[in-house]
Amino acid sequence: MSAAEEVVTEGHQAVEAVPKRAMTLGTGTSLVVLAALIIMPLFVKNFIIFQMTMLLIYGLAVLALNILTGGSGQFSLGQSAFYAVGAYTTAVLMEYFNVNYALTLPIAGVVCFGFGFLFGQPALRLSGVYLALATFALATAMPQLLKLNFLEHWTGGVQGLVVTKPDAPFGLPMSQDMWLYYFSLAVVLAIYIFSVNLLRSRSGRAFMAIRDNEIAASAMGVDVALYKTLAFGVSAAITGIAGSLGAIAVQFVAPDSYTITLAISLFLGMVVGGVGWLPGSFVGAAFIIFVPNMAEGISKGLSGAVFGVLLFLVIYLVPHGARQIAILGQQIVGRLRKN
Amino acid sequence: MELFTNQVLAGIATGAIYACMALAVVMIYQAIDHLNFAQGEMAMFSTFISWQLMQWGVPYWVAFVLTLVFAFIGGIAIERILFKPLTKAPILTNVAGFIALFSIINSSAGLIWDFTIKQYPTPFGSSPFLGSQLISTHQAGMIGVTLLLLVGLFFFFQYTRIGLSMRAAASLPESARLVGINTSWMIALGWGMASAIGAIAGMLIAPVVFLEPNMMVGVLLYGFAAAVLGGLTSPLGAVVGGFLMGVFENLVGTYIPGVGNELKLPIALALIISVLVVKPAGLFGRQIVKRV
Repeated sequence: MSAAEEVVTEGHQAVEAVPKRAMTLGTGTSLVVLAALIIMPLFVKNFIIFQMTMLLIYGLAVLALNILTGGSGQFSLGQSAFYAVGAYTTAVLMEYFNVNYALTLPIAGVVCFGFGFLFGQPALRLSGVYLALATFALATAMPQLLKLNFLEHWTGGVQGLVVTKPDAPFGLPMSQDMWLYYFSLAVVLAIYIFSVNLLRSRSGRAFMAIRDNEIAASAMGVDVALYKTLAFGVSAAITGIAGSLGAIAVQFVAPDSYTITLAISLFLGMVVGGVGWLPGSFVGAAFIIFVPNMAEGISKGLSGAVFGVLLFLVIYLVPHGARQIAILGQQIVGRLRKN
Repeated sequence: MELFTNQVLAGIATGAIYACMALAVVMIYQAIDHLNFAQGEMAMFSTFISWQLMQWGVPYWVAFVLTLVFAFIGGIAIERILFKPLTKAPILTNVAGFIALFSIINSSAGLIWDFTIKQYPTPFGSSPFLGSQLISTHQAGMIGVTLLLLVGLFFFFQYTRIGLSMRAAASLPESARLVGINTSWMIALGWGMASAIGAIAGMLIAPVVFLEPNMMVGVLLYGFAAAVLGGLTSPLGAVVGGFLMGVFENLVGTYIPGVGNELKLPIALALIISVLVVKPAGLFGRQIVKRV
C-alpha cells in the first residue's frame, strides 16, 4: 500500500443494517391497515380521495427508493427522472396510441427497468457522495431532455401533455376519483407484496449482503455488479409505475413537474418513514404530501421555515423514522402480553 | 482559435465562482465527512448580513470582517445547537436535517429581505482587467482571493497544530480521541470555518450573480460538482475542479450545437461523471482503502 492511501475500518455505514424480518409489518396489522384503506373512501369527499390516491402513488415511489437504499445500500437523488419516464410513457401511449391506461403501467415498468438497469452500469463504480452526484445529474437533466426540440412532437415540449382520466369500468357506480383510488390501491398492494417477497428472496438477501459489506458479499459469491444494477432496475421500474399512476391521477404531464424537488421530497419521505422499513414509505409519503400544506396553513410567508422546523422536530424525536415508533409499539404490545 | 482562448478565459472567470464555493465544500467535507446541502444558503444569509451592514453605512471592509465573524460563530452555533444532537443518528437523517436547514434559511431570508434582486458592491471595481474585455478586475480579484484562501488553507492544514488535529479528527476519530483531541469541537470548528469561507464566496459572487435568496442554489451545485471532480479531500483539487468546471461549461456551450443555457449543467455533470468512472476519487483525491 502506498503512503498516499488511507485505511478506513468500516465503523459505521451510510445505511444501517436492517434485518429482513424488521422490514415489514406483521400480518395482523397489515390486514387492519388494508381494511382501513379499503373502507375509507366511502366516507370522505372526492378531494380527500384524490389526496389519498397521491399518497399511495408517492408511497410507491418512496418504496422504490427504499428498496434501492434500504435494500441494496445505494443512494439516489435521481428518482424523479424514473418517475418522469414512467409518466411520459403512459401519457404518450394513451394520447398517441390509444392504449388502455391499465396496460400502460406494465409497459412503463419495463421501459423504466431497462432505463434504470442501464443507468446502473456506470453507477457501479460510484458510491456514496459520488453516486448521489451522478443520480443528481440525471434528475437535473431529465426536465431539459424532455423539452428538447426533436422530442417535442411526442412530449409536447414545455406545455406537456394532457391525460384523460379513466371512468370506472363495468358501469360501477363510482366517481372517477374513487375508481382511480381503488385501481391504485390494487396496483400498490400487488407491488408491495412483490417487494416484500423480493427482499425475502435470494436476490433480496444478495442486496442486503451488498449493503452491509460489499467486499464480504463478493467473497461469498454474490455477483455484486449484477445485483447492484438489478436493484437500480427494480427501483426504477417501480418508480416508473408510480409515475404512470401519477400521470393518470393528475391528468397532466409537463417537464417541470419532475424536477429535483420531487427527488428530494421522495428522499425525505424515505428518511421520515424509516430507511429500510417498507411500510414506512407510506408514512413518509403522507409527510411529504400533507406537511408542506400544513406549513403553508401556519404561515404563508414562512412556509419553508415552518416546514424545516417540523422536519427537524421529526428527526429529533425519531431519528430512525416511523420505524422507530413501530418498534416501540411492538415492544409495548409484547410487554402487555407478558403481563 | 481566438474564440477558443476567449471562451477559456471567460470560463476561468466563471470558474473562480465555483472554485471559491468548492473550497467551502471541501472544508465541510473534511470536518464531517459528508456534504452540507444548506451550505449555499448559509453563505447567502451571511452575504445578506454584510449587505445590511453596508446599508447602515458600515464601510465595505469593516462589513466584510464583521460578516466573517458572524458567519464563523453562526456556523459553530448551527453545529452545536442543531446537528450535535444528531451525531448518533444515521447519516441519511443528517442529510434530511441539511435539507430542513436549507428550507429554514431560504425562507427566512426571503421574509426578511424579500425576493427582489439587489445590487452588491465590489471592492475591486469592474473595469476590464489588463485591457481584456473578458475578465473584469472584480473577477481577477476573485481569482486572487480564491488562490489566497487556498494557500491559507494549505498552511493551516499542513503546518498548524489545530489543522493537524482537524485532519486527525476527520480521518480517524477514535484514534484522534485517544491522543487527546476533542473531536466534537473539531467538527464545530470545521462548520465555523466552512461557513466563513462560504461567506467570503458569497460576498465575492454576489456582485456577479446579484443578491437574492436563491442566488446560491445554482452556485452550490457547481461547487459540489467542482469539489467532487477535484477530489473531496483536496483543497487544491477543489480549486482546479472549479476552474475546469467553468471552462468545460463554456466550451460545451460554444462548440456543441443545440446546447442552450439549460443543458450546460447536465452536460458538464455528465463529463464529471465520466471522469469519476475512470478516477473514482476525483482528480486529486486520495484513494481510500477499506478494510473488511
